[in-house]
Amino acid sequence: MAGSHHISRRDFVKLTTAALGSIMGAVIGLPAIGYLIDPALKASGKDAWIPLGPLEKFEAGKPALVTFTRSKINGWEKTVNSYGVFVIKKSDSEALVLSNKCTHLSCRVNWLEERQEYICPCHDAAFGLNGEVLGGPPPRPLDRYEGEQLKVEEGTLYLHFVEG
Amino acid sequence: MWQKIYAWLDERLGLNDLYKATLDRPEPKGNWWNTLGSASLFLFILQGVTGIFLSVYYTPSPDHAYDSITYIMNGVAFGWLMRGIHHWGASLMVIVVFVHMLRVFVTASYKYPRELTWMIGVGLLLLTLGMGFTGYLLPWNQKAYWATTVGTSIAGTVPWIGAFIERVLRGGAELSALTLSRFFAAHIWIFPAAMAGLIGVHLYLIIKHGESEFPGKDD
Repeated sequence: MAGSHHISRRDFVKLTTAALGSIMGAVIGLPAIGYLIDPALKASGKDAWIPLGPLEKFEAGKPALVTFTRSKINGWEKTVNSYGVFVIKKSDSEALVLSNKCTHLSCRVNWLEERQEYICPCHDAAFGLNGEVLGGPPPRPLDRYEGEQLKVEEGTLYLHFVEG
Repeated sequence: MWQKIYAWLDERLGLNDLYKATLDRPEPKGNWWNTLGSASLFLFILQGVTGIFLSVYYTPSPDHAYDSITYIMNGVAFGWLMRGIHHWGASLMVIVVFVHMLRVFVTASYKYPRELTWMIGVGLLLLTLGMGFTGYLLPWNQKAYWATTVGTSIAGTVPWIGAFIERVLRGGAELSALTLSRFFAAHIWIFPAAMAGLIGVHLYLIIKHGESEFPGKDD
């Protein structure tokens, strides 16, 4: 054919098939990646101020377990998670709050009054009154809420909770 | 480098022979109607791929089926696209497979030695309709529920064994969680597996016998 670019019919068909195939593959394939990884990209981190109770009711220097629940919608299902924190009252306007989640493998620790330690039932981890590691496998002290993450309003202690 | 790798693979897998037998085989002079079989195969693969993606979020239980599809449509990135392609692709596949059958009938391509190819094709047409029927229930909305109630009732009108067939299809006397889960199993495992197998034989027969010549004026 005059003025042709010397591409045979056969090569033209091959090339067109490859090009159209790539376009179709991309039209399905690229959105598919977004579709599959979408839940991981959803911004979590909803936050809320959780009332833990009137500060005056807590006994100074003695950890008290406070539990609360938070509901969360995962896809099409609502789940309710429960959380526990230890409140250690320091003064009439100040407190330290510790998560009861062991930093080793996330079991829940208990306060043993007679040993003055938090003990994890799973691997015998021991934490001191303020969450410091006393023994066992934990890599770091118990997670703590203090300063900005706590507030006292009209005598009630609030915890600033951010969903993980 | 790539040529070396290709040569190594070709020597062991016979890629060139495979290419010649499948894509480079001699064809009689045809027209666009001859492409409907390939179009059906393409749609089968497309439905398979989008169906697998849908199963990532879909939950086949009466409590969650509808909610999970609402989530796919509104909550997941490109969920509307995946379900849209699957939904429209299903209708298109029924049409394309049916027109493919018409073409084979009109050009008398089902005759010796291709009778088996035709029979398997009939099986594939029925399975395609079965896929449409089972897939229709999965959203578990009013339309799906009543369409399946009617569809299984029709199966129940078969003489003698109708009532039994109806119970087998529904997994009980009426539509329930059992119906949904057995339709789901049929839709994603049983029918697709049967179709994949039959398509394999169908393609083998086409490659073995080649495509039929269009009948001329004298035929």
